[in-house]
This record gives sequence, structure tokens and C-alpha cells, in this order.
Amino acid sequence: MSEINPAPRRGVPIWAQILVWVALLGLLVIVAMGLRRAQQGTVQVGDTIPDFALQFFDGYTFEGKADVKLSELRGRVVVINFWASWCKPCEQEAAEMESAWRSYESSGKVVFVGVDYVDTEPEARGYLTKFDITYPNGPDLGTRISQKFRIKGVPETYFIDQNGKLAFIQVGPFTSEAQIHSVIDPLINK
Amino acid sequence: MKRLFAITILTLLFAAFRIGTASAQQPTPSDDDVNAIAKQLFCPVCENTPLDVCPTQACAQWRALIREKLAEGWTEAQIKQYFADQYGARVLSEPPRQGWYWLVYLIPPALFLVGVYILYRAFQSMKKPAPAVSEEVEPDSGNDEYLRRVEEELKKRN
Repeated sequence: MSEINPAPRRGVPIWAQILVWVALLGLLVIVAMGLRRAQQGTVQVGDTIPDFALQFFDGYTFEGKADVKLSELRGRVVVINFWASWCKPCEQEAAEMESAWRSYESSGKVVFVGVDYVDTEPEARGYLTKFDITYPNGPDLGTRISQKFRIKGVPETYFIDQNGKLAFIQVGPFTSEAQIHSVIDPLINK
Repeated sequence: MKRLFAITILTLLFAAFRIGTASAQQPTPSDDDVNAIAKQLFCPVCENTPLDVCPTQACAQWRALIREKLAEGWTEAQIKQYFADQYGARVLSEPPRQGWYWLVYLIPPALFLVGVYILYRAFQSMKKPAPAVSEEVEPDSGNDEYLRRVEEELKKRN
């Protein structure tokens, strides 16, 4: 009488199995993070905006400097307008934005900053000249600033209160200067 | 004779100067030259559309910029680097071989090799089934009597 013992296991080694499962898990995590980011939309009202620096186009300054950091503007209402020279809707609001800036400039309580998104410099300069835009503007180098705001397109305008928290988002162009004032005035008086 | 020699020398010098001047000029880049670089770039505004076939104004401006840079004598690598610096590495069709981007180039081949190894091991184990190990079981005195009775019973039934 004889008894058959199971043969020694010869399949895939345990380290390879672990490696495959870890790789699969990693891949799933990356896909999930990508999906989450895609569905997240822009930053939300109430969020604290992470700090960034913007180097202005030649000829533009703010308080004598050719660049600005968001953290330096704490205590003031900050209006960040994303635009591009190839963007037709941006042209609709350009004059209103400039006019609103001029009405607040002397108060020192509001700062407008233009961020030029995925643009070419000669055309961007042509746009700024065409609409006689005087508030500080600079290119979004490496699209780093627009990625912080997770913008979906241009124009988009973000209003940050004196405490550095996002107070309002305008997706698409403003249709009148009064509309811009209606957002900024309550923030100044807050 | 001397006069002829002088004229010849002057003509040659003038010709050499003209050739030198001509070769220093950059030829006007053709659409093909521009598109050869443009197809390696992706504008963030029009995701998944290579720059050479992208119909938007933003992409047209980018192509004009490539043409301008080529006319200034920039190389393909310099232009691609310029676009990466201006708009981020995501505009490149191939991520740059630096920093974390190396993972894109290293992980897929590494996983492929692991997969090949796993398949190899799996095929090997299918091809050569391990011989079953048999061993004699020591007769057990307790079972022996029981087995004998079972066998007797079976014989009776047959």
C-alpha cells in the first residue's frame, strides 16, 4: 500500500507575486488620483490659495517691483484674472477689468493681477496694448499658477479676500464693470 | 597681365564674400520644418491633439513661434526646451529624461521583464510536472487486522 504526497510547490515565487500586486495597486492608486483630480474642478470658495510668484512682462511693475508673491498681498483683496490673447471671450471683459482696476487703484485696498495662460509673448503684448491694460500682468510660466487654481479655461477670475481665502470665482467673462464691483465691494467692507 | 591678375583676385574675393554672406543667412523654414517639431508638442488648451494638426488660434500662434525660432537658427532641441520652460513639460509628447520622469521610462520595461519571468516560471511548471513522491507506509498492526477482514469480506461477496 502506498500514499501519494503532494509535490513541492514550483509556481511563481512569492516575491514576484508580491511585486505584481504592489505594482497593480500602485497603478490603481495613480489612476484614482488622476480621476479625482479631473473631477475636482477648480479650487473652491473658502480654500486658502497656495502661494505663488508671478514675474511681470517688461514694463509692468507693482510697488516698484517686477514680480509679486501672493503672500505679499495679504491684507488686500486680490483679483487674479486668467486670460490669453487667443481667447475671444477675454476681449469682452478686458476693458471692464481695466476700468474696474483704475477705480480701485488709488485706494490701495484692491490689487488686480493678470496671468497670461499658454500664450505667446508678442501676441500677449499686442493684447495688453490694444486694451491699454495697466494692472500688473505676467506669463504663467510652466502653467504653474493655473495648475494651482486648476483652471478649466480662460477667462477665469478669482477673488481672494484679505485673509488669503478664495471668496468668489467667475468662470467666463464679466459682462459689465458693475458686475465686478458687486463682487469686490462687499469684500473690501468685510 | 598684372591688371588681369588683380581683377581676377578681386572677383574671387568678392565671390567669396558673397558666398559667406549667403551661407550666414537662415533659410525661411518650410511648413514641413515647422510641423516636424510641432508634431512633438501638445498645446494644453487642446488636449490630445498634436500641435501640427491642432486648428485653434493658440496652436497657430505656437506654430508661428516655432517658425520664428527656426528662422533665428534655433535647433529642434532648443525649441522644445523653450516650450517646456514656458508651458511646462506636459507639452512634450515624450517626457524629458530627467528627475521623476525617468520612472516613465524605467517602470514599464521593468514590469514587462517581471511579467516575462512569471510566464516563464508558469510554463516551466506546466511542462515538467513534478514527479509524485511515493513512499511505503509502514504496516500498522492495528489496521492490518481490519484490512484483512475487509479483504475477506470482499472475497466472499465475489
